[in-house]
Amino acid sequence: MSTIRIRNLHKSYGATPVLRGVDLDVAPGEVVCVIGPSGSGKSTLLACLNGLEPFESGEVIVDGQHIGWGPERGGARLRVPERAMTLARRRIGIVFQAFNLFPHMTALGNVMEAPVQVLRRPRAEAEATARALLDRVGLGHKMLAYPADLSGGQQQRVAIARALAMQPAVMLFDEVTSALDPELVGEVLAVMRKLAEEGMTMLVVTHEMGFARDVADRVVFMDGGLVVEQGSPAEVLGNPREPRTRAFLGRVLRPDSISA
Amino acid sequence: MDFEWDLFVESLPTLAAGAVTTAQLAIVSIIIGLLIGLVGGLARVSGLAALNGVALFYVTLLRGVPLLVTMLFLYYGLPSLGLLLEAKAVAILALSLTNGAYVTEIIRAGIQSIDRGQMRAARSLGMGWGLAMRRIVLPQALRRVLPPIGNEAITLLKNTALVSVIAIPDLLRAGTDIMTWQANTFSPFAGVALMYLAMTLPLVWLVARLESRWRVA
Ligand SMILES: Nc1ncnc2c1ncn2[C@@H]1O[C@H](COP(=O)(O)OP(=O)(O)OP(=O)(O)O)[C@@H](O)[C@H]1O
Ligand SMILES: [Mg+2]
Repeated sequence: MSTIRIRNLHKSYGATPVLRGVDLDVAPGEVVCVIGPSGSGKSTLLACLNGLEPFESGEVIVDGQHIGWGPERGGARLRVPERAMTLARRRIGIVFQAFNLFPHMTALGNVMEAPVQVLRRPRAEAEATARALLDRVGLGHKMLAYPADLSGGQQQRVAIARALAMQPAVMLFDEVTSALDPELVGEVLAVMRKLAEEGMTMLVVTHEMGFARDVADRVVFMDGGLVVEQGSPAEVLGNPREPRTRAFLGRVLRPDSISA
Repeated sequence: MDFEWDLFVESLPTLAAGAVTTAQLAIVSIIIGLLIGLVGGLARVSGLAALNGVALFYVTLLRGVPLLVTMLFLYYGLPSLGLLLEAKAVAILALSLTNGAYVTEIIRAGIQSIDRGQMRAARSLGMGWGLAMRRIVLPQALRRVLPPIGNEAITLLKNTALVSVIAIPDLLRAGTDIMTWQANTFSPFAGVALMYLAMTLPLVWLVARLESRWRVA
């Protein structure tokens, strides 16, 4: 069974359709990179996946839980109650472009917060786990620093550790390196690469074509609220079938932009 | 009229008794006003139309009516509704309801000034709205609104002077009483002014201290 299963997902903001029937699956342990032009609906897709944005119709199942709309019964679906969505979100990690660390808590506090408050883990246990996670993302020496005293790359690594602390079934990444100075991009991508190698199921929206080529099991190209093309990185990035994919890659794949 | 040192000193014990009443009224009303403001502010951002409507109605009403009128209205109006309250209770009600209306709007604005990404991040970690509000958004918002809330507390303290119209022996009333006996306004009133100042200064100090202590972020 897929960790993520999306069928015919439709979502509009007001009268503007943003997602126009998206189908997508992510298998357990799979790393899927989503690429596409600005405004194609990539962020919206992730927001629908963890129920932060309501959507009009479609089936979304993450880690066995229905998101947004429940199972079909007699041709109709019922909205999933907010409580059930809140429970489901425990298993869906998400990292945002803007870090969104809690500024009034230390790095350690940020990582411990949800395990203590949401999962009711004993503080000592949560702290031990948080320390181990911060070590894993290379921030063992910054446990007690506040976000304001961390670089962008460090903040983003804390944000990844914070999401991992909930032991999610899947991690969603939304252009997590786009707000970083170029020299800080590598340290964040390295953490994500390690996570992928350890078998984490990941859905990664990214403009880093090098990362997509090297790390992804599958690359998905979105445009105009639809999945236009998907396949292995070699197929989609190296030999795209769809003219729209080719046009997009032509714009972003200047030779020097493949690095990482 | 000359300043009479002896009269000034003589009036101090009477004034001090009035000051205690003023301080009691102020402290109780500030605390109740903060609680009302917290509930009201949360209602305003709850996203529930009914709660928001009730809170907005309350704020509009209490901010639109002068405190003196609210106090007299409650003082003369409640008994005709069969509700007999002590003058002090009426004073506390009027002061804290008015203060609560201002604090409601301050806290609403404070919450709305916190980046939406904070709520999104908290919710995405499995926190419910209430938990995310309590642990993530409110602590940041309250830090930010501490100065205006401190100002409201100081305003309330000074507004307690209005309670003398409903016959409460507060600091101002003690001053006017002495003035009547002694036919000298200046000397006791110097004491009144000094005592109000003596009560606002600790508040100013407390707010400044909390502000510097909470400066993180
Ligand atoms: N809260 C919102 N209200 C109204 N319109 C929105 C909102 N969020 C996004 N949109 C619109 O929806 C469309 C898709 O936005 P989305 O952020 O999902 O695109 P994206 O693929 O993530 O783009 P980018 O690469 O720039 O991040 C855009 O046209 C955007 O203007
Ligand atoms: Mg986006």
